[in-house]
Amino acid sequence: MGDILVITEHLKGEFQDITFEMLGKAKDLAGESGRQCVAITFGSMNGKSDELGVADSVISVGGSDDYNPESYAAAVQSVVSAKSPSLVLVGSTSMGMDIANSVATALDMPTVSYCVDVSAGSSGFSCTSSMYGGKMNVVTNVDGSALVMVLAGAFNADEGKSAESPAVEDFVAESGAGKIRFKQLIEPEAADVDITQSDILVAVGRGIGSKDDIKLAEELADILVADLACSRPLVDAGWMSKEHQVGKSGMKVKPKVYIALGISGAPEHIEGMKSSSTIIAINSDKNAPIFDVAHYGMAEDLFDVVEELVEELE
Amino acid sequence: MKIAVMLKQGPDLVEDLEVDASGKALASDDIKFKLNEFDDHALEEAILLKESGAADEVVAMAVEGKGADKILFTAIAKGADKAVKLNGGNPQDSHQLGKAFANALGSEGFDMVFTGVQSVDDRDGQLGPIVASYLDTPCVSVVSGVSVSGGTAAVYKEYSGGMMGEFEVDMPAVLGIQAAKQAPRYAPVSKIRQVQETASIEEVSMGDLGSGSRSSVASMAPPAKGSGAEMLDDVEELIEVLKDKGVI
Repeated sequence: MGDILVITEHLKGEFQDITFEMLGKAKDLAGESGRQCVAITFGSMNGKSDELGVADSVISVGGSDDYNPESYAAAVQSVVSAKSPSLVLVGSTSMGMDIANSVATALDMPTVSYCVDVSAGSSGFSCTSSMYGGKMNVVTNVDGSALVMVLAGAFNADEGKSAESPAVEDFVAESGAGKIRFKQLIEPEAADVDITQSDILVAVGRGIGSKDDIKLAEELADILVADLACSRPLVDAGWMSKEHQVGKSGMKVKPKVYIALGISGAPEHIEGMKSSSTIIAINSDKNAPIFDVAHYGMAEDLFDVVEELVEELE
Repeated sequence: MKIAVMLKQGPDLVEDLEVDASGKALASDDIKFKLNEFDDHALEEAILLKESGAADEVVAMAVEGKGADKILFTAIAKGADKAVKLNGGNPQDSHQLGKAFANALGSEGFDMVFTGVQSVDDRDGQLGPIVASYLDTPCVSVVSGVSVSGGTAAVYKEYSGGMMGEFEVDMPAVLGIQAAKQAPRYAPVSKIRQVQETASIEEVSMGDLGSGSRSSVASMAPPAKGSGAEMLDDVEELIEVLKDKGVI
C-alpha cells in the first residue's frame, strides 16, 4: 500500500505552519489505513528533520533552499513517480499551487483543490473542498493515487509536531529544464503600522463599496483606538495599502477584538484572522461565511450600524 | 511580443447559491455568471504591458457559452487587439478547459499566456499550471507583477506575510496572475456597444478535450453551521459586547 507523502514548505530556513498542519493530518490518515507518513524536504531543510518527528520517515531531495516553481515541481514529480504514493498532501498555497498542478497534470493524477478535510475510505480517500468563496463544501472521492491541496488553517499544526528523529533518505531528484531562475526574495516594505501587533482591528471588506466610504471605518477605528485592516479586494482596487491586508497573502493577525465590516469571509481571509480572541462581524448577507467564524454578528447594512455606533459613542 | 489571456466565467458569489436535485452541482437556473475576478487582473496586466510598449498584441480568449461574447467584446473595449472564442465542446472541469485552451494556443501562437491565479470553482486544479503542463512551458502562479525584456520576463510571485520571490522566466511561459499593477480598468457600456458593432470575434475549434480530471464530485452542500455567531439585534447590544470585551 502506497505511503502518504507530505510536501513540506519552508521560507527563510523555517518550516511553515502548513507543513505541520498537513503532517498531523497525514499521520492520522496513515494510522487509520495502515500506511506510512513520509515528508519530503528541499534544499538543506533535511538538517531540520528532527522537527518533522511526526513523519515515519523523510525523503530529502536536496537542491536549492530557494523555492523555484520548476525545480521543486520536478523534484516532487520524480519522487512521486518512484514511490507511487497513495496520497500526496500539498499546501493550497503559493508554492503548492505550482507544484500540485504541475505534478498531477504531468503524471495524469487527480488533483483536489482547497481541501479542509480528508478521510480514508475503503479503496481511497474522501476530500472535502471549501469552494465558492467558502459558501459550499464539495466532496470528491478519489481512488488511486491523488494530489490533494490543503487549505492553510484547516488542521491543527500542534498535531504535526513531535520530538522524534525520523530516518532521512537522500533522493536524487530531477531539477527541471532551467527555464525559471530564482533571483531574490523581497521583504515587504517597512510599514507605518504593524497590524499583527494591534489589540483591536477594524477591518473593512468589499461591502464598503467605495474608497470614500472607508472614512467611516476610520472614524470608528479612531473612536475605538483601533487600527484599520482590510481584505484583499481593497488592496487590489488600490483603496488601501498592502500593510493593512489580512489573509493568505497578507498578514496573520490575532487581536483581542476583530471587527469585520462588509467582509464575506472567503477562506483566504479567514486564514488570516480566525485566531482573533473575539470576532464581531457586520454584513448585510446573513448567509455570509464570516458568521461561521465570528463570535458575534449583525446581519445589517454596515453603514447603518457604523453610523449609529459612531453617533452613540461620540 | 504576443500575450494571450485566458478568460473564464464563474458564479457571482454575491447571489445565493443552491445545490440542484442531484446533490452534486449548483442549481444552474439561479446562477448569475461573471468574469472570474483574477482573470480581469490578468487582462489588465497584459494591457498594461502593451501600453508600456513591452507587448505588441493582446489576444483575449474564452470558451463559447452564455456571456462569452460580452466578456470578449469587453476585453476589446478595454484594449485587447483580438478576441478568440473556442467552440465545439463543453469542458467539464479545469483539465478539459485546459485542453481546450492548450489546443487553441497551439495554433494561435504566443509568447506569454496570462490567466487568473485561481477561480471560485476550480475544484480539480488551477487553469494556468494545467495549461502550462499541456503546452510544456514554464509556469509561475500567484504573480503580481511582470516586466519583460528580450526573451525573458521578470516575474514577481507572492508568498505569505507580504514576502515576494523574483524569478527570471524564459518565454513562452504561462503566468497565473493574482493582481495587476493597478486595479482593472472599467469599460463604459457605450464603448462596449460600439465594439460590438465594429469588432468581430474569431472562432476556433477547441478540439479534443481529453479524459478530464479523473475525479468527480460525490456531493455538495453548504458548510454545516457550527455554533456560529451570536446574532445581535441592534447597536445597543453591540455596544454591550464592546464594553464587555474592554474595547470601550
